[in-house]
Amino acid sequence: MVKMVGITKKFGNLVANDAVDFEVKKGEVHALLGENGAGKSTLMSILFGLYEPDEGAIYINGEPVRIKDPNDAAKYRIGMVHQHFKLVEIFSVLDNIILGSEDTKNTFIVYKDARKKVNDIMKQYSLEVDLDKKVSELTVGQQQKVEIIKMLYRDSDILIFDEPTAVLTPQEIKELIEIIKNFAKEGKAVILISHKLNEIKMSSDRCTILRRGKKIETLDVKKVSIDKMAELMVGRPLISSYDKEPYAPKETILKIENLTVEGKNKAILQDISLAVQSGEIVGIAGIDGNGQTEFANALSGLQPITSGSIILNGNDITRQSIRKRYETGLSHIPEDRHRYGLVLDFKLSDNLVLQTYYQQPFQKYGILNHKTIDSYSEELIEKYDVRTSSGIDTVTRSMSGGNQQKAILAREIERDHSLLLAFQPTRGLDVGAIEHIHKNLIKERDRGRGVLLISYELEEIFTLSDRILVMYEGQITGSFMTSDITPNELGLYMSGSKRREQ
Amino acid sequence: MKQNEQHLKPTFLDKTLQVLKATFNVMKPSLIAIGVGLLFGFIIMLIFNASGAFPGLIRLLTGGLGSGTKVLGDILLHAAPVILTGLALVVAFKTGLFNIGASGQMIVAGYAAVHIGVLWNIPGPLHWIVALLAGIIAGAIWGAIPGILKALTNTNEVVSSIMLNYIGTYLVVYLVKQNVYNASTAKSLNIQPSAELPGFGTLFGNSKVNIGIFIAIGVAILIHYIFKKTTFGYELKASGFNKDASRYAGMNAKRNIILSMLISGAIVGLGGAILYLVNGTNLGTTYDLLPEGFDGISVALLGLTEPIGAIFAGTFLSYIKQGGFYMQVNGFPQQIIDIIIAVIVYTTSISVAIQLFFKHLKEKRLLKKETSLENLKGGSDK
Repeated sequence: MVKMVGITKKFGNLVANDAVDFEVKKGEVHALLGENGAGKSTLMSILFGLYEPDEGAIYINGEPVRIKDPNDAAKYRIGMVHQHFKLVEIFSVLDNIILGSEDTKNTFIVYKDARKKVNDIMKQYSLEVDLDKKVSELTVGQQQKVEIIKMLYRDSDILIFDEPTAVLTPQEIKELIEIIKNFAKEGKAVILISHKLNEIKMSSDRCTILRRGKKIETLDVKKVSIDKMAELMVGRPLISSYDKEPYAPKETILKIENLTVEGKNKAILQDISLAVQSGEIVGIAGIDGNGQTEFANALSGLQPITSGSIILNGNDITRQSIRKRYETGLSHIPEDRHRYGLVLDFKLSDNLVLQTYYQQPFQKYGILNHKTIDSYSEELIEKYDVRTSSGIDTVTRSMSGGNQQKAILAREIERDHSLLLAFQPTRGLDVGAIEHIHKNLIKERDRGRGVLLISYELEEIFTLSDRILVMYEGQITGSFMTSDITPNELGLYMSGSKRREQ
Repeated sequence: MKQNEQHLKPTFLDKTLQVLKATFNVMKPSLIAIGVGLLFGFIIMLIFNASGAFPGLIRLLTGGLGSGTKVLGDILLHAAPVILTGLALVVAFKTGLFNIGASGQMIVAGYAAVHIGVLWNIPGPLHWIVALLAGIIAGAIWGAIPGILKALTNTNEVVSSIMLNYIGTYLVVYLVKQNVYNASTAKSLNIQPSAELPGFGTLFGNSKVNIGIFIAIGVAILIHYIFKKTTFGYELKASGFNKDASRYAGMNAKRNIILSMLISGAIVGLGGAILYLVNGTNLGTTYDLLPEGFDGISVALLGLTEPIGAIFAGTFLSYIKQGGFYMQVNGFPQQIIDIIIAVIVYTTSISVAIQLFFKHLKEKRLLKKETSLENLKGGSDK
């Protein structure tokens, strides 16, 4: 149905796509697999008309076509669900669906036919959304359904999904995979951009692997193992599980009791009590928006709390300043590395001493000692394999996400501390960088520090944690040893359909 | 010296060239902006008076040089306060604040200096030093108020400092009339000779230029050093670039906001004192906002919000204003200069964007060339 031949796209010196061939047949789910920066999104943006290729040709149903913009793409019945939804929050679901292709009569919108068509689509593919609700009232999963219906409303036959599962719960992911398979059965061609291998395994027929802009191979998913796919994607064998010292927690490092944060009219965090011991990784599982951000802010001091206490290394830090908390032994890899973790316009070395610049030996009498800062920074980027264009003088903004995160990791681990709060430490990173960061978190644990890991990625929680807590609507609703629970059961706790007896 | 070094190190010339090239690259947006501003001004002059436009432009560009050392002295005299307000704006900008209250801070500081210059009897050089310090303190207080309001109540510093411009201006008119009023000129009384800033004798003819310009340059270097080398400057820059990250880093954001505004006000205050501690410059009683306070914005932007840049930008501004003054000889109103300066400031703000646009065009053209060349090659292969 779609055939892309010899697609090359350059951005300056960077070759994002290098003579890539790609083909999707009618009735199949074809996964596009690759690390960040491998060129998946570029290739699909070309198909969707956001970029024009420098070289190469696109054929749709055998006809050579030129797709100059998304309107052309729509003409060839290509639809795309972007990773970040493009919905108007204050419009109703129906308005969002018909936006841009409304039927009008005397300049007024006619809803009747549209509503019927949307209802038919929803019935046919068992996609249920309340059409009269505002988009802002929907959950993320429902918003995604709106995006999908939008695509179908425009009679798209070629459906592109860009990392569709990143924001969903395990149950929602299963549902989505069924929906996607259904599309293929109905004779549509589905392209799934992803780097989550087990989802590809579950959903796709074939899989094309890109690495550094080049096509590596197109595989029959049923005939290949997940490990093999990972290896082809990264270009080397991957570690399937990490070496850990046996679980032997020692003294309590962090003790939180009855932590409560009141919002405008309800509690955002309610009676949270937990402890982290030396030599263990405690994972907090949960779906985005259940109070994790507020919890991390309360612990790190970015946000005041209403009641409760936080004891770190025997010191009550409940009302201490942020700096004091760091000095008491807290390290913090923040959820939003661009907003909190880095001053993007600083050069790398300045970012590596963001919390310690005022301490000896980085300054004396208020004068920064750039020599010491520089040599310390050199040491860090060497040790943590932070790759940059011009070393420690690189402006942080110009670095890749993975290397920015490695820099934060280096800074937080090398600082004096006993507790590491790691919030979504691998968000948006590729497999290689994820492995690097995971290894370092485990090293922290084995060195006898406490690690509190908050993550929306269930897999990450399971791979790393010794113990797992579930956060749902601002409360801890479950607490397990990792060996005692399955991902599926945990999913039930995360979605609130199960909670521990108090 | 330099030539000797050239012989010793053959790379010295290369290095110098490299530094010059880098400097040129940094200054490019400002230079483009000046070019565009002058062109725009020239067009207006053509419309206004076509035959006189070209001589007018020449006069504008060279008027500042034309008639001897007095003019040079006057340029430096007027440059000092403008450089200082520019620096004050730079300090605030780097911390992510917009000190649009320089006008008010300046007039308040000017009054404090004049008050002491007229009424206090302090012997010798101590007099002008005390007057200068009083100006600094007054400016610092006037600058700190919006800072404190911002830090404690999250009041927008732009709004509160604009209001303080008016409060300051009106207050000073009242105080002048109360304390140091000269009814015959409707201005403040002349300051005592001991309160005047020391000048350079007859070096610049009868220009009243004084040590203010050295103070301004000294402050610029000091600010440059603070931002480059000190933990304090590091903190201010961090909160200027990313307030959330500076909070995350454990810095005291509120303290930094107040300090930054206070220092900014103090520098403006120094400028205000320098402006008025000159014989023959008197505080008026007309309720007009002091324009020098707003020139600081132009200087800071044209100097690309760098302290050293402010020295050049302030001097340039003073130079072109001087030229504009002489342009009246050719029958052009001085207001044309204001238009040109406005265009220059606008263009500086967008010239970084313009540069990027040209770069983009160039890259596109190169890419096209490459692909067409490759196509040609491909063709000949077949």
